[in-house]
Amino acid sequence: MEKTQNNKAWFLVLPVLVVVAFSAVIPLMTVVNYSVNDTFGNNAFFWAGLEWFDEMVHSRRLHGALGRQALFSAIILAIEVPLGIFVALNMPKKGFWSSLVLVLMALPLLIPFNVVGTIWQIFGRTDIGLLGRGLKALGLDYNYTNDPLDAWITVIVMDVWHWTSLVALLCYAGLQSIPQAYYQAAKIDQASRWAVFRHIELPKMKGVLLIAVLLRFMDSFMIYTEPFVVTGGGPGNSTTFLSIDLVKMAVGQFDLGPAAAFSIMYFLVILLVSWVFYTVMTNIDRSQADIPEGM
Amino acid sequence: MARITLQNLAHSYLPHPRSDADFALKRMDHVWQDGGAYALLGASGCGKTTLLNIISGLLTPSQGRVLFGDRDVTAAPTAERNIAQVFQFPVVYDTMTVRDNLAFPLRNRGKDAAYVKARVDRIARMIGMEAWLNRKAQGLTADAKQKISLGRGMVREDVNAILFDEPLTVIDPQMKWELRTQLKELHRQFGHTMIYVTHDQTEALTFAQQVVVMHEGRVVQMGTPEELFEKPAHSFVGYFIGSPGMNFLDAEELRGDQALLPGGEVVALGAHYPPVAGRVQIGIRPEHARLVASGGLPLTIRRIEDLGRHRLVRGEVAGRPLNVVMPEGMAVGGLPQVAFAPGKINVYADDWRVAPLEQGGG
Repeated sequence: MEKTQNNKAWFLVLPVLVVVAFSAVIPLMTVVNYSVNDTFGNNAFFWAGLEWFDEMVHSRRLHGALGRQALFSAIILAIEVPLGIFVALNMPKKGFWSSLVLVLMALPLLIPFNVVGTIWQIFGRTDIGLLGRGLKALGLDYNYTNDPLDAWITVIVMDVWHWTSLVALLCYAGLQSIPQAYYQAAKIDQASRWAVFRHIELPKMKGVLLIAVLLRFMDSFMIYTEPFVVTGGGPGNSTTFLSIDLVKMAVGQFDLGPAAAFSIMYFLVILLVSWVFYTVMTNIDRSQADIPEGM
Repeated sequence: MARITLQNLAHSYLPHPRSDADFALKRMDHVWQDGGAYALLGASGCGKTTLLNIISGLLTPSQGRVLFGDRDVTAAPTAERNIAQVFQFPVVYDTMTVRDNLAFPLRNRGKDAAYVKARVDRIARMIGMEAWLNRKAQGLTADAKQKISLGRGMVREDVNAILFDEPLTVIDPQMKWELRTQLKELHRQFGHTMIYVTHDQTEALTFAQQVVVMHEGRVVQMGTPEELFEKPAHSFVGYFIGSPGMNFLDAEELRGDQALLPGGEVVALGAHYPPVAGRVQIGIRPEHARLVASGGLPLTIRRIEDLGRHRLVRGEVAGRPLNVVMPEGMAVGGLPQVAFAPGKINVYADDWRVAPLEQGGG
């Protein structure tokens, strides 16, 4: 039988195309437009080619921000992922306490970002903040407004406080899906606590861990609000991460061309790193599922 | 290896059990002889798995004691009891190879590498997984995984007992038969105490020397397959063993070696019985009933099923269902009544079998 050709079906895709165009393609193309043109306002554009890209790639300011950003993401991933797993392993599995702990864990996730920033900004102040005054009372020289290390510690502790719950909750969901028989079999086999973690819990959590790592990487790499509220990127440039720098460039200095080029490269870096994470982690999975022929 | 004794054992999953119904396992005393091959048979939810988990130490009983030999292990953790247990659904360590999976219980007990290798090779041959030894366990089919689970259960030689919790549920029928034969062979060779939980009577009867039937948290009978078939101690055993199960007819009263049915009919029992109280029933296997022209009870035939080697007549006597197994080649026509082999009739009072006063002739 002849297959009926009906190209009118393409019209059914049209609404989606329109939505995607307005939500993603057109805004993105605006940025692309700025990145290859120079403008002095009034919609007057002068072709600049790859000049802004060239400038940004060689910008020491951007290199500094990128380095700080990478360090920040690496540190918070190194803390939040193991800590989240540890917390999830020790959460009550059922009953009243499990519900209570779940609610408590979800609380930081429900607080708006700028409020989190404000909380820690005040919490850490040496004149009125509980943390700042407490540390001072202990004789520690803590002041996040003029010591870069203290500023970093504050921003990292704040991020850990804010986001470890997410990793923990995802891992908790992964752990809850492990059938009881696995733990029973491990007891029968006399497996150590470490072996249970290594051979039962970790493999079963792998899927959610992949999501947790990806989410935490992307979010931390794009972090803006909380450090901006707490330190404003200072002292000096010490906590100026990529987003903060970008906003300074685009809105503060009104350098739209370089900022647009910066944005595009920023976007591509996140896309690339996420892709690498994803590919590496799913490939680990595939090489393990080495299915024998005929089975 | 040791004899396993359950003393005054009872278990409830509720923290404060009030009535008998709150107990998943009712109070029981039971002895599993060293080296026995037992099948634990019963319907789903009758407490079989609970009992196994108490023996292996995954569960601590609410009451009573568990003894291995003379040693009280009620509070001892699973590791100390040195028990192997195979679960209903396959449990494999996905990230390990098949070899590491099989070696895992041995390595955890610090056995040396040469011994581990010899044991693993041997078990792999037994379960037919030699070719897969160096593959990751992840991605294998359910029955291959279950074979690994079985193998892990059998890899240790010095266990006190091996407990099987419906281990062949996910395995296809032909492999089932083969594995069951291998389990029997293993039992013959090493003489481990084996307790095999199942709700499949064929599996139980072919595997075990002794079959333990559980019903609603109680052990209702332990015996050889033949005893269970001929003299079910409880009406549940009568129903559950045999296909179809035993026929039961209500009786008004017992008169020596006769039972009086509600319709006034009299059934010869083949033995003398003491007077009993409660609800009296007589039980007869479909295999021990036959169709006759006269001298029996009137039977209304509802359906005749051809089962190949014999035919099954499904009918009713006084409104109660009654099945008769007909020998091959025998015609049904002109036989409106059913008669029972007197020596094969069992008498029940409130579901429990009443022992006859003297041995009747059959």
